[in-house]
Amino acid sequence: MATIAERLEVFWEEKPGLATFFETVDHKKLGFKYLYTGLIFFVLGGLQSLVLRAQLTSANLELVDPETYNQMFSMHGTTMMFLFAIPVLSGFGNYFVPLMIGARDMAFPRLNAFGYWVFLGAGLFMYSSFLGGSAPNDGWFNYPPLAGLEFSPGLNIDFYSLGLIFLSISTTAGAINFIVTIFKMRAPGMSINRMPIFVWGELAMALATVFALPSLTVALVMLELDRKFGFHFFDTEGGGDPILWQHLFWIFGHPWVYIIVLPAFGIVSTIIPTFSRRRMIGYIYVVLAEMAVALLGFGVWVHHMFSVGIPQISLSFISAASFMITIPSGTQFFAWLATIVAGKPVLKTPMLFVLGFIFLLAIGGFSGVMFASVPFDQQTTDTYFVVAHLHYVVVGGAVFPMFGALYYWLPKMTGKLLNEKMGRLSFWIMFIGFNLAFFPMHISGLLGQPRRVYTYEAGLGWDIWNLISTVGAFMLTFGILLTFVNWWRSVRKGEPAGDDPWGSETLEWATTSPPAEYNFETVPTVRSLQPLWDQPELREGPQSQEEGGYALTGGHETLATSLLDAQPQAVLEMPHESPWPALLTAALAVMFYGFLFDAYALAGLGALGSAGGLIGWFWPRGETQET
Amino acid sequence: MGRTRGRNRVAMPGAPNRIGFAVVLAVIGFLPAACDEGSPSTLDSRGPGAARIESLWWLMLWISVVAMAVVLGFLIFAFVKGRRADAVADHRARWGEPFIVVAGVIIPAVILTAVFALSLRDMAALAQPDEPASMTIEIVGHDWWWEARYDGGEIVTANEIHMPAGEPVRVELTTDDVLHSFWVPQLQAKTDTVPGRVNHTWLEADKPGRYRGQCAEFCGLQHAKMAFFVVAQSPDDFDAWLEEQSQPAQQPVEASARAGQGVFLNSTCSGCHAIEGTAATADVGPDLTHLASRDTIAAGVLDNNRNNLEQFVSDPQSLKPGAIMPPTQLSSQELQALVDYLEQLE
Repeated sequence: MATIAERLEVFWEEKPGLATFFETVDHKKLGFKYLYTGLIFFVLGGLQSLVLRAQLTSANLELVDPETYNQMFSMHGTTMMFLFAIPVLSGFGNYFVPLMIGARDMAFPRLNAFGYWVFLGAGLFMYSSFLGGSAPNDGWFNYPPLAGLEFSPGLNIDFYSLGLIFLSISTTAGAINFIVTIFKMRAPGMSINRMPIFVWGELAMALATVFALPSLTVALVMLELDRKFGFHFFDTEGGGDPILWQHLFWIFGHPWVYIIVLPAFGIVSTIIPTFSRRRMIGYIYVVLAEMAVALLGFGVWVHHMFSVGIPQISLSFISAASFMITIPSGTQFFAWLATIVAGKPVLKTPMLFVLGFIFLLAIGGFSGVMFASVPFDQQTTDTYFVVAHLHYVVVGGAVFPMFGALYYWLPKMTGKLLNEKMGRLSFWIMFIGFNLAFFPMHISGLLGQPRRVYTYEAGLGWDIWNLISTVGAFMLTFGILLTFVNWWRSVRKGEPAGDDPWGSETLEWATTSPPAEYNFETVPTVRSLQPLWDQPELREGPQSQEEGGYALTGGHETLATSLLDAQPQAVLEMPHESPWPALLTAALAVMFYGFLFDAYALAGLGALGSAGGLIGWFWPRGETQET
Repeated sequence: MGRTRGRNRVAMPGAPNRIGFAVVLAVIGFLPAACDEGSPSTLDSRGPGAARIESLWWLMLWISVVAMAVVLGFLIFAFVKGRRADAVADHRARWGEPFIVVAGVIIPAVILTAVFALSLRDMAALAQPDEPASMTIEIVGHDWWWEARYDGGEIVTANEIHMPAGEPVRVELTTDDVLHSFWVPQLQAKTDTVPGRVNHTWLEADKPGRYRGQCAEFCGLQHAKMAFFVVAQSPDDFDAWLEEQSQPAQQPVEASARAGQGVFLNSTCSGCHAIEGTAATADVGPDLTHLASRDTIAAGVLDNNRNNLEQFVSDPQSLKPGAIMPPTQLSSQELQALVDYLEQLE
């Protein structure tokens, strides 16, 4: 009789080849795709920032002209916020959420594939703007009236807004998929209070995305209506108001920052217990704090607009909310500290990145609280002090955990350990480089240097700090490259990782590295918040029915369970590979290019193609019955 | 399982902390030092507005430094303890959750409430000056320069905003095109200029002096070159300046300057710039009636001298790419005459 693995293989194997590259619905392959693509955009955004830093090395340099500089800083921000941070965190989520909750795939595998292809398509759409030299040039915040037709007649802003509308399809699809997966696909027994904190982080990200993103999408549609059809949403002369854009943008934009850091905090809460050799202290506090941050994040948007001339009474409410949101962030902070203090900390590279994160996030947090204070904000907003703050939060708070996650999880994903020595070297170069690059910006900001300037005069006291920043930026880049080299080398000649190299607590370490297509030979029954520490049978291969293992060898299947207690409810037939998500994306791209060039016949063709793609996608073909 | 080899841990735990402390100390040491360089520093405040914010900053900085020291202290303690050979993880740690509640909720809540109260006090105090302002200056943001209007527009100048020292001045802010932000770091926090709105702020300089300001809201190609100066003068000097500025332009005496006036009026110049007392009344570009009385041109970025004037008139794009002013096609004789004329507009 065939083993469980052999029987599952029949249903789950995806044939290798080019067709599968486009058609795969395996959450692990898609997770890798998100990760690779997001990191390529990270490199591009990084190169843009090096152009910015080179130009500002000293006063009055003319390495690039102002237009190029403006395109570079606009695309740097847009890339990092939209095309790098969320896709990479979604990549980790895609790969690890199903594994951590003991599922065999995401809830909607084809939607998952669609999300990836749309992300790639929207990213390429926005980057194609460089071909005509008309990349977005009004910052990632894209304020009208500068972004209006009168002051930006080129295609630059259309690339920005249409590209982001396109991308929002991907982000929304991904978020809904995460929510349903997390709510309905957890292994039996993984009640909601046994969910790993990383999964909570991804859930918080997905929930906040669903509520935040529409505000941006609406604003973008209004802007395009203004630009293409002469509407007046943001045009004062037609009775509109440019401040409306700022509200809509920041109602989305501030939660977005938390959307980026919450899954990263989840990574931290995953790495700390593993390397402190004890359970997380205050699980419930950390989870509540994550959700509180996701919620309160919607009440602080006006602190990006303290200088706009809004009545003081409104400012004081938003100021209070902005002070308040520090508290749940601080709660998580002290839960991490308590866990490290109570544990027996082990300094492997992932933990090193987490310690770097704690240090940097503390600084970013302190400068962040200062912006809750209205007068201080009005003095320092739109200066390099903000640039310093936001990089401490986003790079310190999200990129450092991501790199920790690479060292922590790549062994599971590739089956090979990364080199420790090189990892530590990479960390130290990144850490020192980062501080050299961004700490001085606090000072140049306090000395009066505004943001988004392509040059500055000598003699204002800014030169030395900018020089140090530039040196630090190049050093940081070098440190990042070391990790990529480390990764590349580990795949070729790294030591085998084994199933569980770190002695971790969560389910992904119960299966092989890399996991098989079906993730687990048997979907386990979970009886603990730290299943791998408390349930030795999970490390022993497939579990028998008496141990609570569900083999589900009768098809391409996984389990659906109840929302709170994760009682088994149904066996779900999962869809197979499909070319339609990629084809639908191509049709959508045609539609968006049609809008871009005012070629409405082309846009109509793209819309028709999209309808065709949807028909193909949902065409009943008895797939679920096939063997 | 996951045990770190001994040599991997050598010298690791303390290092980030030491670097951190060094950075914090370096910063606190450097900040005052950085103030003496003619820098438009928020930490070198010269008026009651900026001074109030500066003291708020120092308070928040010191709270942060102490809090940072506590965080680092915990980490150092954890790793010193964890490196001992007999160290074991404390799996009970009954102090853990109470610690999170006290250190992570209650103490921050108390400190933050206090800081919030203080910053509300400062916000209210900064809304209005202590004494009522005796005069209003209207400031209009333009791509990429600042227009300053006195006496309801009777007197118009650009990029150099004169005001009396020692008393508050009310500032009314509007824009002619996109968003800008009016900011004089040493005197007052910033306020945006917003299409369709009139915003207000006030300025007060303790002593006469020249304070650099700059646009702080991204406004397009030359956002970087949209500076200005606030020139605070003793009340007498200010009155004298105002009197001078209220006069129409100096009529040219020298032959070459007279020829220059002809060039000005008959070329594209007068299509955009006004000079009081002549036929040129356009208000697209800066008013040039008393151009020669200003120290800088092109929004605070070039010294007002013959060379710069010549170059800026004939090819502004080389100095300020993207500026709205087009190049002016003049023979070198015409250019010399024109500059002669401009240079005597005291």
